[in-house]
Amino acid sequence: MAEEMRVLLPQENENLTDLQSYINAGGYKALEKARSTDRLSLIEEVKKSGLRGRGGAGFNAGMKWQFSYSVETEPKYVVCNADEGEPGTYKDRVLMQTVPHRILEGMAICGYAIGARQGYIYCRGEYPFVVETLNQAIKEAKDSGVLGDFDIEVRMGAGAYVCGEESALIESIEGHRGEPRFKPPFPPVKGLWGQPTIVNNVETLAYIPLIVEKGADWFKSIGAPSYPGTKLLTLTGDVVERKIIEVPTNVTIRQVIYDYGKGIRDGKKFKAVQIGGTSGGFIPEELLDTAIDFDSMSAIGATLGSGAVFVMDETRDIVDVVERITKFFEHESCGKCIPCREGTKRMHEMMERINHGKGSGDDLGKLERLGTVMSRACLCGLGQAAPAPVLTTLGHFREEYQAKLN
Amino acid sequence: MKPDFTEIIAGYKDKPGGIIEAYHAVQRAYNYIPEEAVAEAAKVFGMSKAEAWGVATFYSYFKVGERGRYIIRVCESAPCHIAGAEEVIAALEKQLGIKMGETTADGKFTLEFTECVGQCQATPVITINSKPYFDVTPDGVAEILAQCN
Repeated sequence: MAEEMRVLLPQENENLTDLQSYINAGGYKALEKARSTDRLSLIEEVKKSGLRGRGGAGFNAGMKWQFSYSVETEPKYVVCNADEGEPGTYKDRVLMQTVPHRILEGMAICGYAIGARQGYIYCRGEYPFVVETLNQAIKEAKDSGVLGDFDIEVRMGAGAYVCGEESALIESIEGHRGEPRFKPPFPPVKGLWGQPTIVNNVETLAYIPLIVEKGADWFKSIGAPSYPGTKLLTLTGDVVERKIIEVPTNVTIRQVIYDYGKGIRDGKKFKAVQIGGTSGGFIPEELLDTAIDFDSMSAIGATLGSGAVFVMDETRDIVDVVERITKFFEHESCGKCIPCREGTKRMHEMMERINHGKGSGDDLGKLERLGTVMSRACLCGLGQAAPAPVLTTLGHFREEYQAKLN
Repeated sequence: MKPDFTEIIAGYKDKPGGIIEAYHAVQRAYNYIPEEAVAEAAKVFGMSKAEAWGVATFYSYFKVGERGRYIIRVCESAPCHIAGAEEVIAALEKQLGIKMGETTADGKFTLEFTECVGQCQATPVITINSKPYFDVTPDGVAEILAQCN
């Protein structure tokens, strides 16, 4: 059986949930070490590690921090993006439930590096039990003094997928509708209440204490050179083992499905896998030997995204699944920009028509044209990525569409 | 006896951007947000009623206006969709005698759609008052409903 590489997640039978267990396992030593390091050297170390955002955008974390560090104003903020809404993804939930202190420690290190004393965790509304765990962990950490003068408050999202986008998330913390902002300025320069704000994903922040403790070189030596480290993946759909795994970023999709996931359920054959969540591209059999790292996935027109791995067997109706996905985007579009508000609606309309045997050959071309426009013209990542499932299935599984045309 | 929403909202007055937290607190007490609570929140947080209404209705987790004591939400995201969410919906609608989006006449149950609730290790998933139920089958629906007392 393929071995996982557990760096972020606790080992089997290891409990790191409470403060004492975490400290016994060496927790909060990295924060101490960070605070005795010069801020710029600390940021350099994170930069050098090559850690890239685990929420989906893949931006160099240290570089992002440097933008905020360079702005001389107060206050500054650290925001942990725990608005995990990408369908098929639950890695951040597991991290928050099993290693909450690693996330708090990562936030405090970031706070020290950029010069922020206030942190927020924006946790999705669907996880009220996680909010309790986080509040308990924050209380323990504050009471014991390990966080020093760094404060953390948990804010709850309320069921808006778009709030995973960092500027929409900031709007939501400010008590507004979660609509993305026009950029620039970007949040590291002008974010929460107009102040420099680092928004990092849960998984990204959880990595920080480990990088500070073990060094950039250690981190760089794991996985793919351009996107080093391990990655949490959640296996869903028609895979034998539906579970969360942590693997180095140079494993291939085939290994993920067949070695870690033990293949397809009920002895059926593989048809497609969608990686990175519901906004990810669909991948056919012939591309399964691609490594999962960010750049290898981009090269085949797919994404690593949030690390969701949604497997579909030979009996699945691709057009039906994609119709469902387009309904999702119509529902989740915030309505601020026209290409997304109107585009997601029309895209769903056409998909519904095709799926119910009422589409014409014309519709396929229209879908492609609309998808291209949306990916270029939408204001934020939601609208830009929304057409990917449609476009990639039109590319790899076009015959399934054609079979349903009127 | 439900607590007074005026008091609940007042508790968040000094929290910057606290209107969403206040709505959560009201909804925890009422299971929904009374329309008058939106007007109250507007006053407390210094925004227009339209703005406060805009916030309350933007987020799908909030519901302005009465609904049942047990809010059943069925995930219809892709992993739950292919795992048979539609059959679960049919079973729920049949057992409760209502359609998705409706509340039973006795005010006990409300059926709603939701997108992914982040429990995709055990699809299809439903939640009842935010508590997830795993690997739900049409046959298992009756037993789950019986637990709601």
